[in-house]
Parts: sequence; C-alpha cells; structure tokens
Amino acid sequence: MTLTNEQRAARRSRIAGFGFALPAAAWIAVFFAAPVLMMVAVSLKPLGASGYSVANYVLFFSNAAYAKALWNSVVTTTLVVVVSLALAYPFAWVIAYRVPKSWQRLALALAIVPFWTSYVVRSYAWLLALSPSGIVNWVLVNLGLVERPLMLAYNPGATIVGFVHFFVMLNTLTIYANLVQINPRYALAAQDLGASRWRTFLMVTLPLSVPGMAVGAFLTVVLCIGDFVTPQILGGLKELLLPQLVMMQIQRQLDLPMASTMSLLMTVVVAVVYLAMQRWLRMSRL
Amino acid sequence: MASVPLLRRAGNVVAFGYLTLGYVFIFLPVAVLILFSFQDGALPVPPFKGPTLVWYERLFANDRLMDGLFNSLIVGLGSSALSVMLGFLAAYGLARYEFRGRSALQAIILLPLAVSYLLVGMGLLVGLSAFGLGPSLPMVVVGHVVINMPLAFAICLGQLGEHQRKIEWAARDLGASTFRILTTITVPMIAPALIAAFCLCFTLSWDEFLIAYLVTRFDVTLPVVIWSMLRGGLNPQTNAVGSLIFVCSIVLVAAVEALLFGKRRR
Repeated sequence: MTLTNEQRAARRSRIAGFGFALPAAAWIAVFFAAPVLMMVAVSLKPLGASGYSVANYVLFFSNAAYAKALWNSVVTTTLVVVVSLALAYPFAWVIAYRVPKSWQRLALALAIVPFWTSYVVRSYAWLLALSPSGIVNWVLVNLGLVERPLMLAYNPGATIVGFVHFFVMLNTLTIYANLVQINPRYALAAQDLGASRWRTFLMVTLPLSVPGMAVGAFLTVVLCIGDFVTPQILGGLKELLLPQLVMMQIQRQLDLPMASTMSLLMTVVVAVVYLAMQRWLRMSRL
Repeated sequence: MASVPLLRRAGNVVAFGYLTLGYVFIFLPVAVLILFSFQDGALPVPPFKGPTLVWYERLFANDRLMDGLFNSLIVGLGSSALSVMLGFLAAYGLARYEFRGRSALQAIILLPLAVSYLLVGMGLLVGLSAFGLGPSLPMVVVGHVVINMPLAFAICLGQLGEHQRKIEWAARDLGASTFRILTTITVPMIAPALIAAFCLCFTLSWDEFLIAYLVTRFDVTLPVVIWSMLRGGLNPQTNAVGSLIFVCSIVLVAAVEALLFGKRRR
C-alpha cells in the first residue's frame, strides 16, 4: 500500500518535473536543434545539383580561398586565445592578490565595464582609434615617434586587437573568479616547505587556476571563431575569415547550402576544441 | 635584509603599472567613442574641437535610428520576458523534481551556450527558407530566446536553493497547490534573480547583431541600423548612438549586480 503510494508520488513527480522543463527544451529543440539538422540536410544538397552528395564539402576543401579562410579563422582564434590569456592572467592576478580586498570588486568591475559597449560599436570604436587620422596615430605623430601615420586598421592585426580587447575582459573575469577560490593555505604550505614565491606560483597557483583559463579559452573560441562583425569592420577584405565567407555565400552568391556547409565545418572545429580541452583537463587532473 | 622591502616595492610598482596599462587598453576605445561624440566637426578624430550636443540632437531626429531603437526595445522586452519565463519554469522543474532524463533535458536546454550566434542565425535562416517564409522581426525574438533562455535558466537554477525548498514544503504541508506555491512563494523569493536575468537578457538581446542581421530585412533592429551607418565612414553621430547604448547597458548591468550580489554586502 505504501509502496504504491510512493510509486504514484514518484510518477507524479516525474511528470511534473518533465512538464516544467518541457517548454524550454521544446523551444531549443524546435528552434535550434531541428534547424541545425536541417542545415546538415541542406548542406548535403548542393545548389543546382539533384539529390544528396558531399559535393559541397569536397568543394570547400578543394577551393583554395575557402580552405584558406578556415585556416585564417583557426590561426586568428588560436592567436586571440593565447594573447588574451597571456594579457588577462597577470591582470586578474594583480587584482586578486595585489589589490586590497575591499577594492577588488571595483577593480574587477572597472576591468569589464567596456564589455557592455554595443557589439557593433565596439569594433567601430577601435577603427576610430586605429584609423590613419585616429587617436593612436595622432599621439604617435605628436610625440615624434613616427613621421607619417601608420596603417594600423584594415588588416588582420587590427582584427586581433579588436578581439583581444574583448576577450581580455572576458578572461580576466573567469581567471579572477578562479583565483579567488583557491585556498590560500596551499600557497602558504608550499612556502613553509621552502618553495620560493615564484616556484609556489608555478607549482601551486598556476595549476589550480587552469579551470578558469579553460573556461575563458573555450568561450573565446566559441565567440571568436563565429564572429563576423570584428573582422568585417577592422580586418579589411584581403584576409577573410570563415564567417565573412559565410555571409558572402548568403548575400552575394545566394548559396544557402554552401553557407550551411561552412557554418557546420566551423562548428565541427569548435566541437573538436571542446573535446580536446575536456580530455586534456581530465588528464591533467590525474 | 633591506633589499626585501625594496624588492617588494619594485614588485608592486610593476604590478600596478601593469594594472594601469591594462585599464588604458581596456578603456581606450570607449573613451575615444564618448569623447568624440561631443566633437564639434564632421569627423570624430583628433584634435578635439568640441564640446557640442548637436550629434545627440540629430540622433533623435533620425527616423531610421528611432525605428531601429523601437524594434530593438520590442525584441529585447519580448525575448527577455519569454526567456525568463521558460528558463524559470525549467529550472524549477529540474531543481524540485527527481526524474529520469533530468540531465538530458538540462543538456538540451544548455546546448546553445556552446555554439556561436552564427550557427543559431544560420539555422533559423535555413528553417525559414525551408518553409518558404520571409525574414521578420518575430524571428529575431525566437532566435534571441534560443541564446538567452539557457542563461536565464542557469541563473534561476543557481538561485533555487535548499532554503526556499523548505518553505515550499511547509506551504505544501499546509495544503497549497503547486501553482499557488510557485506564484506566492517561489517567484517572490527569487524575484531579484528573475529581474536580474531579465536585465541581462535584455542587454544581450537589444544589442545582438548577427541573428538580427540574418533574419530581418526591413524591420531591422538598432545594431543593424548602426551597421548600415558604418558604410558612410567615421561619423560623430555613430559615436553618439554608441555612447548612449553604452550608458543604457551599464545602468542595466549595475541593476543586475545590485540584485544578484547586493545581498552579500548587507
């Protein structure tokens, strides 16, 4: 008797829990998962061809310009991850360990305030700063460091600057959040055992802050490789990145299947990075 | 031993020097943007000739910008409300009920957090064209719920703790229905989190570009209008609209911060 009551309660609980979560899950399934599956189907039906084939994928890798854009995207993203982590780590470290406790919240808040500049406007603002008549060149010329304004915008370097700016803020946030969670007694113990400050950092603090770096790096990969705005505004049109090519397929070639193929390949790259990172993190913990 | 404090002081100089340089790098574009929105001249470049408010005045007389702003507000309000509602219900279901398939449901809901907006937008575009539909503003709302609802869900899940569960149990023992518990106990208790989630979703939605660009044609949102303004080159009016968006977003984010983390300080 009690058992059936319990069973009934369990069943009711299952139905209720499922019922609450269902609308949200259905929204994602209908408006995200299903459309992505449709993209897979569309990418396998090349424009002008009848029936399904992998022709688009073959074409992508045999077209030097397309393959180059994928390569550019991977290189740019890798550079952005490395540079923004390298710049953000000391920044987060100084805030976490050198700024007095009562000022840390403010220091961190200040470090991520420009995060909330409009997405499109942020790249425009960098263009403003880096253009030949922009403030950076103006300062350089007035200080007599250069004779003529440098060509700082409309090249891959400007894209990197725009990206690094955004992701330094993001990574500072994730690394700081990680650093303040590390128990300070570990570092004290290491120093009691005779480790120097530098050795303590290398052998204790740094390894313990890997999760924060990993979260930041993964977000960087996802957001950076799929971004169209920053390279389009800052990068000039010589070295295209994959999202720019996707947009060109949609707007100029009107080739939705090829655009789907490209977006899916991009997603595969992200998935590979994710799996590799997860594997590496698990291994490093053993 | 005098060298130890000296070394530490040198270390501090390096540390705070780096901090300062970091802030300069982080704030440079925003400072330039805001400063030259007050530029008295046609180009937002040095030397600074301002100050003037003429670009802000032109902003409010620019019909396309105002239409874009209106569309952005609609999209932001609509998609944030939907995101918070769906996200909260899902979080409640997963936090309060034990059932098989919980982790699968959670994984599905969080899935869009791991993909770029380009994939979400492309998916919607392909879906639209498969059904022979044209791009439109409601599709932007749909897309923004896809990217923001997982976030609202995560925030709500983080706030539905054991403390509230006990009060909910007490209410249930006293005979309250699930609907009554939700509306009179749970929602009021985590209201700060719900409002914070709403504000966060709104700042992300009203400024989102890629999805809005892909699935609209005529009834475009503010970021898409700004995008088309960029074709005209550097212009102080773009600075002015960018500065305004920045200020609005900061106000909303400050509200989120106060609502989610203000309690700790008290």
